[in-house]
Amino acid sequence: MADKLISKIPEGPLAEKWTKRKSEIHLVSPNNKRKLEIIVVGTGLGGASAAASLGELGYNVKVFCISDSPRRAHSIAAQGGINAAKNYQNDNDSVYRLFYDTIKGGDYRAREANVYRLAEVSAAIIDQCVAQGIPFAREYGGYLANRSFGGVQVSRTFYARGQTGQQLLLGAYAALNRQIAAGTVKSYPRYEMLDLVLINGEAKGIIARNLATGKLERFGAHAVVIATGGYGNTYFLSTNAMNSNGSAALQCYKKGAFFANPCFAQIHPTCIPVHGDQQCKLTLMSESLRNDGRIWVPKKMEDVLKLRKHEIKASQIPEEDRDYYLERRYPAFGNLVPRDVASRAAKERCDAGFGVNETGMAVFLDFGEAIQRLGHQRVAERYGNLFDMYEKITASSPWEEPMMIYPAIHYTMGGIWVDYDLMTTIPGLYALGEANFSDHGGNRLGASALMQGLADGYFVIPITIGDYLSKKFSEPKTDTNAPEFAAAEKEVQARIDKLFSIKGKETVDSIHKQLGHIMWNYVGMARDEAGLKKAIAEIKELKAKFYKNVCVPGTQYEFNQELEKALRLEDFFEIGELMAYDALNRNESCGGHFRIESQTEEGEAKRDDANYMYVAAWEYKGEGVEPELHKEPLKYEFIEVKTRNYKD
Amino acid sequence: MEFNVKIWRQKNAKDKGHFETYHIAGIEEDASFLEMLDILNEQLIREGVDPVAVEKGCKSSGPVSFDHDCREGICGACSLYIDGRAHGPDDHVTTCQLFMRHFKDGATITVEPWRSAAFPVIKDLVVDRGAFDKILQAGGYISVRTGSAQDANNILISHDQAEESMDAAACVGCGACVATCKNGSAMLFVAARVSSLAILPQGRLEAKKRVKAMVAKMDELGFGNCTNTRACEMECPKGISVSHIARLNREFLKAKFSD
Repeated sequence: MADKLISKIPEGPLAEKWTKRKSEIHLVSPNNKRKLEIIVVGTGLGGASAAASLGELGYNVKVFCISDSPRRAHSIAAQGGINAAKNYQNDNDSVYRLFYDTIKGGDYRAREANVYRLAEVSAAIIDQCVAQGIPFAREYGGYLANRSFGGVQVSRTFYARGQTGQQLLLGAYAALNRQIAAGTVKSYPRYEMLDLVLINGEAKGIIARNLATGKLERFGAHAVVIATGGYGNTYFLSTNAMNSNGSAALQCYKKGAFFANPCFAQIHPTCIPVHGDQQCKLTLMSESLRNDGRIWVPKKMEDVLKLRKHEIKASQIPEEDRDYYLERRYPAFGNLVPRDVASRAAKERCDAGFGVNETGMAVFLDFGEAIQRLGHQRVAERYGNLFDMYEKITASSPWEEPMMIYPAIHYTMGGIWVDYDLMTTIPGLYALGEANFSDHGGNRLGASALMQGLADGYFVIPITIGDYLSKKFSEPKTDTNAPEFAAAEKEVQARIDKLFSIKGKETVDSIHKQLGHIMWNYVGMARDEAGLKKAIAEIKELKAKFYKNVCVPGTQYEFNQELEKALRLEDFFEIGELMAYDALNRNESCGGHFRIESQTEEGEAKRDDANYMYVAAWEYKGEGVEPELHKEPLKYEFIEVKTRNYKD
Repeated sequence: MEFNVKIWRQKNAKDKGHFETYHIAGIEEDASFLEMLDILNEQLIREGVDPVAVEKGCKSSGPVSFDHDCREGICGACSLYIDGRAHGPDDHVTTCQLFMRHFKDGATITVEPWRSAAFPVIKDLVVDRGAFDKILQAGGYISVRTGSAQDANNILISHDQAEESMDAAACVGCGACVATCKNGSAMLFVAARVSSLAILPQGRLEAKKRVKAMVAKMDELGFGNCTNTRACEMECPKGISVSHIARLNREFLKAKFSD
């Protein structure tokens, strides 16, 4: 193990590790908390809940977001739900089962200790959210309702219609607002972090651009918390919000934070298919739909061809001519297999020529049987808003014809490497939620992103950050006139000046689209050595083209969205390359990462535990230099490592 | 499809602003309104650097700035007053969920920012809605510390109460209600938050304090009064009912008379 990769996993039995760690962590007294400053970047579930909870504890918090309000963070778009081991359904759920499902769902590439802690605190999240006034769905008796999600056999998902992420984020945002009003948190909306500042190797602040005025500003603190989400938009087309980006994480990486498992990207099976070249964003249809929706393609090629020519409708194809391929291949889990499995199965059918739309890149998600079984009203209560959304976008009603869906990039399991305390390899720098790598291994289960974001923000970081800050309260406030700040600001300014100086002819988006094509073709649902090498070469070429021919109109000192996008695209090039290096190194199929060279005869993913049961943590070695790989071996002491089986 | 798009251009808050009209062709009818604007921006950037276009007198103000993010109708970032309606001609959608098939081929489409004294223009179609954050900071929360909550099922809430609270909580904070209201009132926005919390037992304890603080902040920030025209409800992308304004009024009166 490299020196820097000290995971700080507490010794002892799994169920006692978190308790043990909590008891070891040094406390910071209230009068000392008042002297300490913390920067939180990002206001999604992780960032907002962290900033609110840290402010409540008495720290001085500065919270930054790129949107006009913290409430716009992309957590808001999460639809289906949040998992918690409450066992309210009496279906034999438990902390252990949630832990087990998450480890298994992640294809045995996540840390046992972190995942167990996640499961352990999950119940308290629901308590907290209900107390905040989040209107979760209720049974008629007034008790909380649950539903199922992929990869599990119990009902542990809490939900607020198809807007669970919105409601949870509004809860965290409300908690944040309460602290802003109390003066413990200062909010900086429309600010984008453009660099991390280190002093003597420790994280001490950031350089941020005020997006409304264009001015670069310096902010200092005793610790910096990154909660800026994932890097799915490297692919241009994804279900991420348009402004979601990987830049903050990449800046940390370039300043020395290791980046872990970058190749683990989740491709979500139920998205509305791509309709044309003018599209800039893919829309997710919640996984909860797979509770009652059945996925199929026709058995007969003649039906496929007629569908594509609009000569028949899906509803006219008789039952016996439909191939419910997930139910056929995975009888134990059926339509509720994990996302990576469902996505690959859809790709397999479409590659075999059975795709049901003009592009051949779509399968059906059918509610015909559910509407018959449950009736219109109950289906509407569960999925009404999703049906409306689908109809608005496609002009086709799921009440009459099945939805058409296809996989799309949705979430990135990889992220900044963190130890058990969520601290990165840079002292004083923490990463939460999707921005870190720690809990989902090779594949994230549905309704677990919300759980992790809130677990990290409400219940982990407020405790673990104390261990570091307990040694810092005698340090004065960080001086933003220090030469390290000046140097970082100068570098950012040089980056901006360079972009304006190119004065080329191609737009940022048109180049980003080309990057997206490279990523989707070679670092997408199926990857192989030749393709990945090609991806690295093509990204380098495209990057060179960008620096020769990009056009960034306007000036720095104004609201300038093209400049924002250009700065983010610079970082997406590097992330894309890093993903390809990682995918090339990991010559096994595992979770969302499928190497064509590593599959069974039936075409199922083949993991290689002997050679790859480790976290791949990459260290930045400078511009144009290959990053260096460090390995954190994964040890499974409490769970038996098996081949994932969703068949029986 | 092709369109003439007449767009409000304003450099910054101090600039007076003006309309510019652009022609755009080759738009798919399945393209969203914002995708149409993306394509227009590509065109404007290319024209700005194309010597032939510049020689022909192209004096574009560069790409149009507009707020947007999730493009799924949930983040509330997108705004736009399109042909005289907040979020455009389709009902109950945000602008990002508006599709070009709702427009006639060849039409002239007028696009303006939200017009409200409380939402100053930052640039072009982008406005500052920070006033909404301030209203919520005044009291739009339940004061619960992290970690102090009881078991979730100890608070029983009837199915219908939860649903009604959720109806109000669906507000995305886009500001269409303010932009639509002839008085520039934020009553529907404030009502949505007050009502969603007031319906729930957890929210009752602070109900009086909350409603007074939020209404006072709303007044202070320069939003207008409600005169019951119900325009806000018609244009709300989430269909939030004015019945929540009625509840806000009841809550406010109760709080006032108990002083």
